Amino acid sequence: MALYSEKVMDHFRNPRNVGFIPDADGVGEVGNAKCGDIMKMYLKIEDDTITDVKFETFGCGSAIASSSMATELIKGRSVSEAMALTNQAVAEALDGLPDYKMHCSVLAEEAIQKALEDYYSRRDQTKSE
Amino acid sequence: MNIYADNAATTAMSQTAVKAMLPYLTEYYGNPSSLYAFGQRSKEAIEEARATVAKCIGAEPREILFTSGGSEADNQAIRSAAAHGARKGKRHIVSDAIEHHAVLHTLKKLEKEGFEVTYLPVHSDGIVRVEELAAALREDTCLVTVMYANNEIGTIQPIRDIGALCRERGILFHTDAVQAVGHIPVNVAEDHADMLSASAHKFHGPKGVGFLYVRRGIPTVPLIEGGAQERGRRAGTENVAGIVAMAAALEESVGHMAENAEKTAMLRDRLIRGLTEIPHSALNGDPRKRLPGNVNFCFEGIEGESLLLLLDDKGICASSGSACTSGSLDPSHVLLAIGRVHDVAHGSLRLTLGDNTTEEEIDYIIQSVKEVVTYLRGFSPVWRDLIAGKGSFIL
Repeated sequence: MALYSEKVMDHFRNPRNVGFIPDADGVGEVGNAKCGDIMKMYLKIEDDTITDVKFETFGCGSAIASSSMATELIKGRSVSEAMALTNQAVAEALDGLPDYKMHCSVLAEEAIQKALEDYYSRRDQTKSE
Repeated sequence: MNIYADNAATTAMSQTAVKAMLPYLTEYYGNPSSLYAFGQRSKEAIEEARATVAKCIGAEPREILFTSGGSEADNQAIRSAAAHGARKGKRHIVSDAIEHHAVLHTLKKLEKEGFEVTYLPVHSDGIVRVEELAAALREDTCLVTVMYANNEIGTIQPIRDIGALCRERGILFHTDAVQAVGHIPVNVAEDHADMLSASAHKFHGPKGVGFLYVRRGIPTVPLIEGGAQERGRRAGTENVAGIVAMAAALEESVGHMAENAEKTAMLRDRLIRGLTEIPHSALNGDPRKRLPGNVNFCFEGIEGESLLLLLDDKGICASSGSACTSGSLDPSHVLLAIGRVHDVAHGSLRLTLGDNTTEEEIDYIIQSVKEVVTYLRGFSPVWRDLIAGKGSFIL
């Protein structure tokens, strides 16, 4: 029995949306190196739509696959749709994760939330200027 | 290319061992405890194997106790010494921080049962200091258990000196020699070992069989109750075929030890040189006092499991001390004990070479590891920060 599903391995081997966006509208980083997982999400947002998303991940196979899948699930979606993304949705889209790897999908959800929060706080700042 | 570089996990069975065991899986299936000749034939095979194993480590046949493997041998050795100590009111044990879990978990249990355990630190080279061990010994110390060679970083402990010290102080000395037996010279008399554990599948024998050497006169406590097999020290019908194969494998390994060790150590050093070229990497454990086939590195900015999966895609079987490969949140206790911080301990890679590893394979491994490390660093936020000057490199 393989450690991971075919989907996980596909996203791990060929991660989608890898990289960084220098002029991102929102950036979110979660996890820490001590625990062995760090995920960083970069969002480009126009007219309330996520027009581009990139990620960088330090972590295991499922952390990389979860990041990749999460970016696919929110790309082209509205900010509110992205905000509603759950870790279960990421895990299901990957055809499941082993129990002890579910935290990787949680990190993906949190990284996106954090990037969106960053987007909102930057926007609010611009408005108040 | 398919390269098996995880010989510390297990080894391929030798043809000699397979051939030796087959008759005991087919025609000679008699129970060694049966009194008729057909059963006694199995009994004779076991006793012959016992003599062979004993000869290979400088012991007497009656001092060899067959077990299901290294973990059982470790458990029984420690339990026996603890029971013996407790009878004399001695409930202190000295061990070290980098032991195998078969030893550590048994010690943890004993601590719950009222024993006190001193875990000696190892220095950054992964080696226990004899003078520190001497200082840890007490009037109530009933056992010293220090592994012969470490399974993760391959460091070889000063067993002979530790053995001599314990013998002089009249304290039982056990060594988990699972990674050493069949690979480097082990002699229980010269090492002054009172008990020593070994496992067949680490030296080209089958899985599920091992042995415990117990010096004559040292009482053992059985872990498995039942019949009178192994002179009452280990009940259960013997794994005849496994025992026969283990003896054949050990005899062969010991017979070719010098040439294999020399050849393997040369390949090991070639691999170490190649991987050292990767920036911000470091070898774990002493470069010289280590098993001939062991290479263990930390690479900054990447995580070990993804490294292993990508090496697997390139046909390379290796292992890592990262948390993600252990199923726990912490990386390897061995890497932490030699002073690697969590951040880099997660990015470790263990490659353990075998007797059949070739130079071509080593070069392919070096090339592959370089590619994979560079690739993973390419989208690691940790690496980006490091090269951007945010935070400083550890390695």
